[in-house]
Amino acid sequence: MEAGTQAAPGGGRSLDRSPLARLPDRVVRIGLTAISAAILLLLAYFFVKLALEARPVFEKFGVLNFVFENNWDVSKGIYGALPLLVGTLITSALALTIGVPVAVAVALFLTELCPRRARGSLTVLVDMLAAVPSVVYGLWAFYFLIPKLKPVEQWFADTFHFVPFVATENVAGPNYFIAGLILAIMILPIVSAISREVLSTVPADQKEASLALGATRWEMIRTSMLPYARRGIVGGSMLGLGRAIGETIAVTIVIGDNPILGHSIFDQGYTLAAVIANEFSEAASDPLHKAALIGAGLVLFVLTLLVNSIARLLVIRSERQGSKPIAVGH
Amino acid sequence: MESAPLAPRSALPPVSPRRRRTDRAVRALLWLATGLALVPLVLIIFYILKKGIGALSVEFFTTDPTGNFLGAKGGVKSAILGTIEIVGFATLVAVPLGVGVALYLTEYGAGRLAQAVRFFVDVMTGVPSIVFGLFVYLTLVLAGTGGSSFAGWKGSAALALLMLPVVTRSAEVVLKLVPDSLREAALALGAPRWKVIVRVVLPSAASGIVTGALLAVARAAGETAPLLFTATIVKATTLDLNQPMNSLPAQIFQDLKQPDDELVQRAWGAAITLVAMILIVTLIAKSIQRRSRAMGVR
Repeated sequence: MEAGTQAAPGGGRSLDRSPLARLPDRVVRIGLTAISAAILLLLAYFFVKLALEARPVFEKFGVLNFVFENNWDVSKGIYGALPLLVGTLITSALALTIGVPVAVAVALFLTELCPRRARGSLTVLVDMLAAVPSVVYGLWAFYFLIPKLKPVEQWFADTFHFVPFVATENVAGPNYFIAGLILAIMILPIVSAISREVLSTVPADQKEASLALGATRWEMIRTSMLPYARRGIVGGSMLGLGRAIGETIAVTIVIGDNPILGHSIFDQGYTLAAVIANEFSEAASDPLHKAALIGAGLVLFVLTLLVNSIARLLVIRSERQGSKPIAVGH
Repeated sequence: MESAPLAPRSALPPVSPRRRRTDRAVRALLWLATGLALVPLVLIIFYILKKGIGALSVEFFTTDPTGNFLGAKGGVKSAILGTIEIVGFATLVAVPLGVGVALYLTEYGAGRLAQAVRFFVDVMTGVPSIVFGLFVYLTLVLAGTGGSSFAGWKGSAALALLMLPVVTRSAEVVLKLVPDSLREAALALGAPRWKVIVRVVLPSAASGIVTGALLAVARAAGETAPLLFTATIVKATTLDLNQPMNSLPAQIFQDLKQPDDELVQRAWGAAITLVAMILIVTLIAKSIQRRSRAMGVR
């Protein structure tokens, strides 16, 4: 889109610019392109660097054994990341199970039921959950949630002992469930914000049509809003899942830091991110241990990459359905 | 929208009691869920105020942590200043770069490169912060870049990587909302492309860009994990970005599980400080956003 390449008719003054006058234009264009290309190169370097630094551990144990071996024993120099991977998956799954229904309910409430006057301030309040730093969540969970919930968890574990992965003799203070719960609270604002945006793109005539046919409010939500917004909600949940998988500090504080795979959600555990945060300072002097932690980082990176790519795809598709652009990622 | 008052009642079959019950139950559930979602927020705010307010004093803000087992434990001055320095420097790096990439995408970007950039910026949004920390640790800290191992600016580098995609995404959204007619009008008046960007496009999108940048700042300020590997945890205040530097999240993490009530109380006090700082930034961002929305531009 070069501007002013045609001579102005009649004005006597040509809009053609001298090469010197065009220089800033070229500089800006090349500069912006260079920045963008540099970001790509940086990411490529990022991936290659992590892979190279993790190589010793992959060479020693093999990639598959490193990822799927259930044995993480630093003192013996054995690194199989399965307990960490499973810990990450369990806590994230718990976070989704608890967080997504609440988040979608909040989004529905705010778009459909909430009195107009309260809507703005309630929205701000829900968004404020995103402003609390993860270390503060950890601090609060450690001193409040863990002691307060322990009796409830013990009761639950005893009463529903027949349910798989629930029964345990002694509920540990820090455990998978607490980590999942805190993650659920942390992903709630993002899932709810995206659901709200998607729900607000449901065309009004579609909603009114269903009300006009005699549907109750809930029937209208179920038949004409949820199907329309489903893909966006699933996408938003996947973004929340990405967050949950990568969350480090809050989980490190409340998971118990035990690299043995627990038998129950009320046992202590570990996650990929937490192991990096905790063991990294002792690993500085042990090349294999360091490589193992970088390997854990790489697994984490690939996992979030997968989840996020699927999420983007879903959100973008449902965005195309609606007409409003949806800002994702903040 | 509740019901159509003009329509004759008889036009529709009456809502059966079962359907009405379901509707009521779901509405109640939605109310309940929203209340439930706000419980943690209320509890957290109540709890950090209750536990931490006692830690706040003039000394708390004006002294560094001493690290002594006996005697005064000191405050969090170095952590507050460190957070401001690290996040400030990260912002200086991430915002121009992020806006630059967003400008490239909206003003020039077409074809393969733009598609790839857009995709990988999205990928970056999802990368866990700890992995960025690990990357900066491997490339800058271990390599001793700049003659230092752990350093404040390396923490900034990790945070900048985290902020960049957030800034880019939000800037791209607002830049896209600048009407093409504005650009075309300026071009038709003979303005060169760069001037159109600087004088027309950026000013129209300014408030949106600032909002996005502030939200990125708020997110970065609360990050702990990447700072542990890069800026680490120290006691003394320093203004030299090439030195190891303290930060509020790292200080909280350090004090949190100490078997000393005073240190734990300092963690709560630091939590109040950090949450207050982040809330102020967030609220400024939201108010800018709301004001510009009220004016009709996003």
